[in-house]
Amino acid sequence: MTSAATATSAAAIEARGLTKRFGERVALREVDFAAVPGEVLAVIGPNGAGKTTLLSILAGIREPDGGEVHLPRGVVGFVPQQAALYRRLTVAENLRLFARLEGIDDVEAAVAAMLGQTGLGDRRDDQVGTLSGGNQQRINIAIGLLSDPAVLLLDEPSTGLDPRQRGRLWEFVLGLADTGTTVIFSTHNIAEAERYAQRVLVIADGQALFDGTIAGLHAAAPATQAAGADFESAFVRFLAERGH
Amino acid sequence: MRWLLLKDLQIMRRSPLLTTLLVIYPIAIAVLIGFALSRGPETPRVAFLNQVPPDTPLSVGGEELDLAGAKSELCERIECVEVSSEGEAREKVESGDVLAALILPPDLVEKLQTLAGLAPESPTVKVIVNEQDPVKAGLVDDRINSLLAEANLRISQQVSDVSTTYLRILLDGGDFSFLGEGIEILGLRRSEQILREVRDQLPPSSPDLDRLDSVIRFSHLAAENLGVADDLLESVSQPIKVDKETIDGDTPSLDTFAIAVAATVTLMFVTVLLVAGSLALEREENAFARLTRGLVSKATLLAEKVLLGIVVALAVTLLMLAGLGFFVDLDWGRFALWLPAIVAGGAGFAAFGAAIGGAAREVRAASLLAFMVGLPVAFLSLIPSGAVAPGLYDVIEVVTALFPFDPSLRALTGALAAAGPSIALAVLHLATLTIAYGVLARIALRRFV
Repeated sequence: MTSAATATSAAAIEARGLTKRFGERVALREVDFAAVPGEVLAVIGPNGAGKTTLLSILAGIREPDGGEVHLPRGVVGFVPQQAALYRRLTVAENLRLFARLEGIDDVEAAVAAMLGQTGLGDRRDDQVGTLSGGNQQRINIAIGLLSDPAVLLLDEPSTGLDPRQRGRLWEFVLGLADTGTTVIFSTHNIAEAERYAQRVLVIADGQALFDGTIAGLHAAAPATQAAGADFESAFVRFLAERGH
Repeated sequence: MRWLLLKDLQIMRRSPLLTTLLVIYPIAIAVLIGFALSRGPETPRVAFLNQVPPDTPLSVGGEELDLAGAKSELCERIECVEVSSEGEAREKVESGDVLAALILPPDLVEKLQTLAGLAPESPTVKVIVNEQDPVKAGLVDDRINSLLAEANLRISQQVSDVSTTYLRILLDGGDFSFLGEGIEILGLRRSEQILREVRDQLPPSSPDLDRLDSVIRFSHLAAENLGVADDLLESVSQPIKVDKETIDGDTPSLDTFAIAVAATVTLMFVTVLLVAGSLALEREENAFARLTRGLVSKATLLAEKVLLGIVVALAVTLLMLAGLGFFVDLDWGRFALWLPAIVAGGAGFAAFGAAIGGAAREVRAASLLAFMVGLPVAFLSLIPSGAVAPGLYDVIEVVTALFPFDPSLRALTGALAAAGPSIALAVLHLATLTIAYGVLARIALRRFV
């Protein structure tokens, strides 16, 4: 694997040798990576590469068949690809339910803080099913932040959002990174990874092929770099050269 | 768990259509089933013992009755299972192999023939019924009563012809045979004529003694004949009597049983649909992964769903029973027994619903699966023993024992009526099923993400 050096001692999250099988199929093979506080890491790869499986193991939803995850600085917040919300409950009721389940002491304060952070205070009593996809995703992320996590995992966070909603979403997420939250997101949108991530982890067929900066990935596909191609072309070339 | 329960109740409150359907649909089904319960299988199996000596001719009022034909007709209406003794008949009824036993006594023909005479004696047929099952008891009562009513009607027509002859003799006079001796009967009309003549001819001081004697004799015989007519009329109304023997003690009334069925059907649909749908909804709303990644365990989530099912089942069933209480007599003194029966039934159905919801993983598929499994099992559980072949009934008993409907029905019947089956055994059965389906639901959740 092509890899950038990471200071593991300062890591907010560290994965070592993660392996996952579904029957005969190997979804992840010996995946290693680490991320430091405030870092924004994009997990990219073709469909079925193992991105969601990796995030679900990091989130604790699935158990790996091999390897381990270290979280030296606290808990992980997980934001699934589709809004994991109760559409019949209001915005405030959703936040309140998950705050209670998280065991937060001052539930109402946490709800008020999240409503302020998402800018949805005026929609607090609206049922979630009546909100736009962008607003639902903001609530979805806000629930992932209720436990004040050191690491926020976002699975395809901008799927289904229009450009304006995507812009607001990333403004919100980058604001979290600025306050020290490690953000790891999976995406099909290569341009989004190039624009917002500081590092990318390329996965194909369950194997980590690259872990480094955007420039590093360009450098790993020299033919496209010489031709002045964009990042997406470099990414495609990178995969093709490795048989994917 | 309480926050999850609160959340589910809030979701139900926000879904009035779903909640209304959950209540109205099962009640509609329950009423339909209640009506259907009053109907039985078309050809119930009945043990048949004919103790009448073979080839005994039966003649009532001078007309031959076809006994062999009557038996063939009877066995078209019911499935006759020939038995050789009363002991064998009783054994078959006790084992549930047949719904009842019909025993024709050896003196049946002899007594039937007396019906057209002056000393009528009604024969008595014996019916042995196992009243463990009120549906079965009602069915047997209806079917045997119907068959006997038809037989009585035919015989009474013959007897009626004979009595018409007697009445004509009383009116018009004629020859009448009694104990082998011929007697000339004057007749009421002729006596009137004689009396008129005597009245016209006799001077006030010299009566015609002979004529007066004949009038006196007629009056005497007429009085005697009218005394016989009383017995005759009684035998016309019910020539054959029934001696009913109940083998398995008391049984709850059909009304009580119908209420128990209605309550069990309501319990089943409300609880299974709600829990299966609610669990599948956690996955459809993508909340399952979020909940079970450390916030609540899968076992806790399942326990919450079962608790939700019990709470709603208790509320709906008690509401339904309270409503039915306006129309039928319920023994409210047994209320303390209703609660464990409903709770145990609710728990069994809720665990069953959780297993369905876990296996189906989608609300629509879960609802469909709940109907596909629940309805046939409910109907199988209502089939009385003796209505199908014994081997098939054994299979049905095994299948229905694997689902909560049958033990819930037993628990509720026992809770509603003292004559019902044991609640303790039914509750124990339901507790076992709750654990078993809970384990199955937990296994199903392994592939729920």
